[in-house]
Amino acid sequence: MQRTIPFRLNGKPVSIETDDQRSLLWVLRTDLALTGTKYGCGEGLCGACTVGVNGQAVRSCATSLADVRGKDVVTIEGLERNGQLHALQQAFVDHDALQCGYCTPGMIMNAWALLQRTPRPSRQQILEAMEGNLCRCGAHRRIVAAIETAAGQGGAA
Amino acid sequence: MTRLVEVEADAPSASEVDRRTFCKLLGGGIVVLVTGGSSELSAQQRGYPEDLNAYLRIAEDGRVTVFSGKIEMGQGVHTSLAQMAAEELGVELDAITMVMGDTDLCPWDAGTWGSLTTRMFGPALRAAAAEARAVLLNLAAERLGVAREHLVVSRGVVAVRDDAARKVSYGALARGQQIARLVDHKAVLKAVQDFEVMGRPTKRLDAGDKVTGKAQYAGDLHRPGLLHARLLRPPVHGATRTSLDLSRPKAMPGVVVVEDGDLVAVLHADPEQAEAALAAVDVRWSRPEPTFDTESVGDYFVKNSAPGEVRVEKGDVATVLAASRAAGVPVFASTFRTGYVAHVPIEPHTAMAEMLDGRVVVSAGTQTPFGAQARIAQALGIDEKSVRVLTPFVGGGFGGKSAVGQAIEAARLAKLTGRPVMVAWTRAEEFFFDAFDPAAVVKIASALDREGRISAWDYHVYAAGTRAAEVLYDPPAARVTSSPARGASSTLHPFAVGPWRAPGAGTNVFARESQVDIMAAAGKADPLAFRLRNTSDARAQRVLRTAAEAFGWKPGVGPTGRGQGLAVGIDSGTYCALAAEVVVDRATGAIRVVRVVAAQDMGLVVNPAGARLQIEGCITMGLGYVLSEELRFRGGEILDTSLATYTIPQFSWLPQIEAVLVKNDELSPQGGGEPAIVPMGAVIANAVFDATGARLFRLPLTPERVKAALGG
Ligand code: FES
Ligand code: FES
Repeated sequence: MQRTIPFRLNGKPVSIETDDQRSLLWVLRTDLALTGTKYGCGEGLCGACTVGVNGQAVRSCATSLADVRGKDVVTIEGLERNGQLHALQQAFVDHDALQCGYCTPGMIMNAWALLQRTPRPSRQQILEAMEGNLCRCGAHRRIVAAIETAAGQGGAA
Repeated sequence: MTRLVEVEADAPSASEVDRRTFCKLLGGGIVVLVTGGSSELSAQQRGYPEDLNAYLRIAEDGRVTVFSGKIEMGQGVHTSLAQMAAEELGVELDAITMVMGDTDLCPWDAGTWGSLTTRMFGPALRAAAAEARAVLLNLAAERLGVAREHLVVSRGVVAVRDDAARKVSYGALARGQQIARLVDHKAVLKAVQDFEVMGRPTKRLDAGDKVTGKAQYAGDLHRPGLLHARLLRPPVHGATRTSLDLSRPKAMPGVVVVEDGDLVAVLHADPEQAEAALAAVDVRWSRPEPTFDTESVGDYFVKNSAPGEVRVEKGDVATVLAASRAAGVPVFASTFRTGYVAHVPIEPHTAMAEMLDGRVVVSAGTQTPFGAQARIAQALGIDEKSVRVLTPFVGGGFGGKSAVGQAIEAARLAKLTGRPVMVAWTRAEEFFFDAFDPAAVVKIASALDREGRISAWDYHVYAAGTRAAEVLYDPPAARVTSSPARGASSTLHPFAVGPWRAPGAGTNVFARESQVDIMAAAGKADPLAFRLRNTSDARAQRVLRTAAEAFGWKPGVGPTGRGQGLAVGIDSGTYCALAAEVVVDRATGAIRVVRVVAAQDMGLVVNPAGARLQIEGCITMGLGYVLSEELRFRGGEILDTSLATYTIPQFSWLPQIEAVLVKNDELSPQGGGEPAIVPMGAVIANAVFDATGARLFRLPLTPERVKAALGG
């Protein structure tokens, strides 16, 4: 249904008037031109579209706009602060934790949410939290190492 | 000051005019073009200008731009090519800008695959950069009034050796110039010991953009008036449409409906509205009868294949095998099978097309921008010059993005609607239209002599081709037969097949290295000792020894119960040996791969960090086709169209991975993107045998198959 949906996006208030049953993924990618959030399957099975909603990792392809009304949405574009990479982003660069890079925004956002609730995750906790994010290039090991590094440097911030 | 200097290097004069025009188009500065030197490159040459396959330009502001028809899909060539240019030119890595996969600006290229980029394109690029450096040194000598021998280059600045204050930058030298040089391949290149940039671990140049979401893939492009298209697809391959009613989507607001022969599409500014419009199409299909399926494909191939082509023949295999049988020496006869495997890039095939000044311009996630250009021109019935293909970052290819269907669809729709059009395949379309790695069968009969040496090797591969099917060992009698030849086999398959990471090589090495292990166990020999005894190939021996040592290989006759396996393969000129350790859950049949050690000899290593990353990627990706990935189908019907049922490797599968690069600087750089995935099937199957005594002959090694092999 056509509605005005206010929410916070990367720290700033936004308000969109549109059909509130549209998916967050496509509203981000088309209306808001935030294309860092990727489509990989549209079924909640790959994690490429992961964003933070109130600090939780959420599959934006399986989230309607109505679901984020009044909430705090963070996308990959919202992690940098004053031109400085977030600790997780820096760690992904330093660990070569990507190849084609298509899964990377979803990986980072999923890890970001993990560090929000568990600032010092064990390796097992990392593996469990990341399990549903797919990477076809095989960057997994480096991704785990990057998350461990970022956690060690207060990556929850 | 403007001057034009042209230096000829046995160039055919026919292309002279082209080259002149071409250089003018590029504007000022210094441009170095390279003609092909190797036969493989020459074979790829075509188009405009005729005879060049690499070039770089130093603009009047000193920026260095490298133009390459190759594309970046995760393999890191964006960085390794920049490294090569920086090295030869004597500039910092970040002074280089890469322009890749743009059919207007880049020299023609056959496509990015087969780990060829570094190997084939690298020498040409290095030659171009070396020539540019020579040109700049000459200009500097003139400018500074000092002989060339007294000049040194560092970070894009030429200085007098003993008088560092007298210096001039590349930018200053290039200003006001319009110099075009043509070199052939054989320019004098820097020696390995002088390398400053190459051979050192380097972070990817594209990492910053990829971690911030700035890196653009085809689907991220936007244009005013852009329409997202959804296309009508058949339910099974080979289906024919019996009725079509488009009245409902036509009545939906904002929906554009296109019907042009086989192409039926609905388009909307919002992809989800386009999806809804597609669901409103009323269509009926008739389906063909399936001839074979996931289970019967192997037998079908063996029955329906041509007799095959003998690719290797040494001695008289049939006679040796018959003699062995007569003498009561065992002959080992095995049949190995693999299924269809999908590419599953996380970015599905995507392309955005628009009409600009009467040309169609397509940005596509593709491994073959020039191939796409040709196919689009053909499909639209227009001249190739009227088509430009650009390649943004590609979200994984693995061979699958050599197929360019989505680019053709986008181009057709842009032309028909006159609007910019995005065609982004859904995951289900990606599974349906993928060009799969074909199912295959390998039959081997082999024998051992009384000294434990392989005496005969009769190898017959169906449908996988002969990549990595070399005998490798030293039997006095050997024959390798292939039927049908890969590529010529398309009528055999109910849907498209095509190159997968190292096409067919994984199948061939799975078969060979499993068979070798079977013989080692039967001959009561340690698998490492058996291999070393049976091959005189020094590079194979070296990688095997290195892998075993790094792994901490404990000699023993399998099955030892330890769960250790070994395998070796050759691909793209690179040797890779893997050693692995597995744990098998006998109750469930599940295999856990604990550890994989790779030893790889890939000649001169340009970027060791990149090479390691590729090896790890191969091993991780390899776990998929070895443990779970097999496309289920019934005739032309694809039964796995979702990641819910087609499982690819996930975080919890991760083994410990170690990669050792075996130094071999005398050999030019060989392919690194694929070799390590090739021995994965064999190394895991061999480790499962060592753990349990059960031999598996069919990939993937699913829990059900493991249980069946264990007699459970
Ligand atoms: S696109 Fe949302 S989980 Fe795959
Ligand atoms: S880096 Fe390519 S899918 Fe993860």
